[in-house]
Amino acid sequence: MTDSPSDQPSQHAFSRDDVLRVARLARLSLDESEIQAITNQLANVLDYVRILEQADTESVQPMSGASGRTDVLRDDLPSPSLTRTQALSSAPRHDDHFFLVPPVLDTTAK
Amino acid sequence: MTACHESASELLDQLATGRTTALALTQACLSAIASHDESIGAFLHVAGDRACEVAESIDRRRTAGQPLGPLAGLPVALKDLLVTSDQPTTCASRMLDGWLPPYDADCVQRLREADCVLIGKTNMDEFAMGSTTENSAFGPTRTPWRLDCVAGGSSGGSAAAVAAGFAPLAVGSDTGGSIRQPASFCGIVGLKPTYGRVSRYGLVAFASSLDQIGPMGRDVDSVARLLQVLAGHDPKDATSLDTPVPLYTEQLDQPLQGLRIGICKEHDREGLDEEVRQTIHNALDVYRSLGAVVQEIDMQHARFAVACYYLIACSEASSNLARYDGVHYGHRVDQPDGLVEMYSDSRGDAFGTEVKRRIMLGTYALSAGYYDAYYKKAQKVRRLIADDYAKAFQSVDVIASPVAPTPAVPLGRLTDDPLEMYLADIYTISANLAGIPGISIPAGFSSDGRPIGLQLLGNSLAEHTLLRAAAMYERETDWHLARVPLDQGTSP
Repeated sequence: MTDSPSDQPSQHAFSRDDVLRVARLARLSLDESEIQAITNQLANVLDYVRILEQADTESVQPMSGASGRTDVLRDDLPSPSLTRTQALSSAPRHDDHFFLVPPVLDTTAK
Repeated sequence: MTACHESASELLDQLATGRTTALALTQACLSAIASHDESIGAFLHVAGDRACEVAESIDRRRTAGQPLGPLAGLPVALKDLLVTSDQPTTCASRMLDGWLPPYDADCVQRLREADCVLIGKTNMDEFAMGSTTENSAFGPTRTPWRLDCVAGGSSGGSAAAVAAGFAPLAVGSDTGGSIRQPASFCGIVGLKPTYGRVSRYGLVAFASSLDQIGPMGRDVDSVARLLQVLAGHDPKDATSLDTPVPLYTEQLDQPLQGLRIGICKEHDREGLDEEVRQTIHNALDVYRSLGAVVQEIDMQHARFAVACYYLIACSEASSNLARYDGVHYGHRVDQPDGLVEMYSDSRGDAFGTEVKRRIMLGTYALSAGYYDAYYKKAQKVRRLIADDYAKAFQSVDVIASPVAPTPAVPLGRLTDDPLEMYLADIYTISANLAGIPGISIPAGFSSDGRPIGLQLLGNSLAEHTLLRAAAMYERETDWHLARVPLDQGTSP
């Protein structure tokens, strides 16, 4: 192992609490059988990916893309885009102007 | 004629000389689909009437002597993650069931301008996550050669459609082998271009730094012709390469003198099927007989590829799939308890098991406290893998290997063990990490009749070299001429 300690994944197994925490972050409802399956399967996968600790990446720059193109700019000119009707057309709920969602604030509280 | 089993060049010749019409070809494909696709499962949507209308208008323009696109009249099947304004796009997910996109992908636009007949949308693993097309919410795709075996994935529907003669050409996408591996399982040619060669605008994103659209067809020439239409710069995709597109069919019939082929000893590993190993050895012998030099290359970071790939792919997937929130399009649960519950329950309801697993892995790898150890570490290892390839291509022109450790596997074999499934991608994923092109060409059959492909990888933007190297082999062999005996193959 060649990287600094802060680069090391924690050594504890992937727990049920980890699954619940990550599911909350991902906004993903899971049922009980999924929680159990994912806990075991991800523990195995995370155990496997520890192999990367064996790679010496001391002075290696992270590679974030494969095309080598960065900071691709274009002129800021108006161009055709979707109409409001088109943009709203696939929404599960909408009115003539907006996407409709459940209330964000509790409207029953006084 | 019951199906389109000819190559693109043969069909274009028949169309140009009046021996067939776009409508006749389209109807032949539609009729083959109607007769046989129930047992194969290649298509999620067939655009019957619309395809016939387009074909008729192409025929009318041909009769009137008007200019036509380079693939005028050829039916093309599209993987169902390319957005189409006149056909639904589902990504084989309940999340997008019934969605009609408001625009066309750039590559779809190019196919229309080339006067292709877009015949339908093909099955795939949900959001392209998988290697068997069993992760489709709408049922699996089987390889037409063996209906008890998978078509591979994630572009399994596109590969099976070509193999079964449902369309002479198909478009797939390849994030970790999703064009090359199903091409191998179905006995056709599939090419993953250099990252950035084909615009990703309108390709529903899985892992944006790895995804690439590419052509699938009966032979190398068909794939070269389709790539010619798909490739090119698109300002709507910031990663699209602004470099000239060569003429891919030029000199395709001329062998490369002194071709240098690299082989990697790490590829001859435990778990490699003996018949696959023998097939690759035989293919190398064919190349040697043509004057090619086969030499060993050192890929010292190859053993890290699967771990590196799954961390990066899942991290990008968790970010990309955050857009499915039940607000703008896609599935929303009825009567959610509140806004956050609407997000979570809609996603929990509509995503399949593999998609959930990958979102979870990716979210974990990107979460506070783990980002450096997992995601950033994987990005560093990715550079080491890409550097290995850059170094290798200083001494060889192409790298030869198996496409997958085995021929097509029986249905239901792999899905219980995700890690085993991920490890089966070992031969294909590095090309996506490095961004280089790769091709799978038919190279034989197992003793029980399952196709086996040969993979060739090339340097960045060396598609022309890859195609010529592939065509050299194709001329010496007749694996690409083998046809599925549809009527026998599809009987129960």
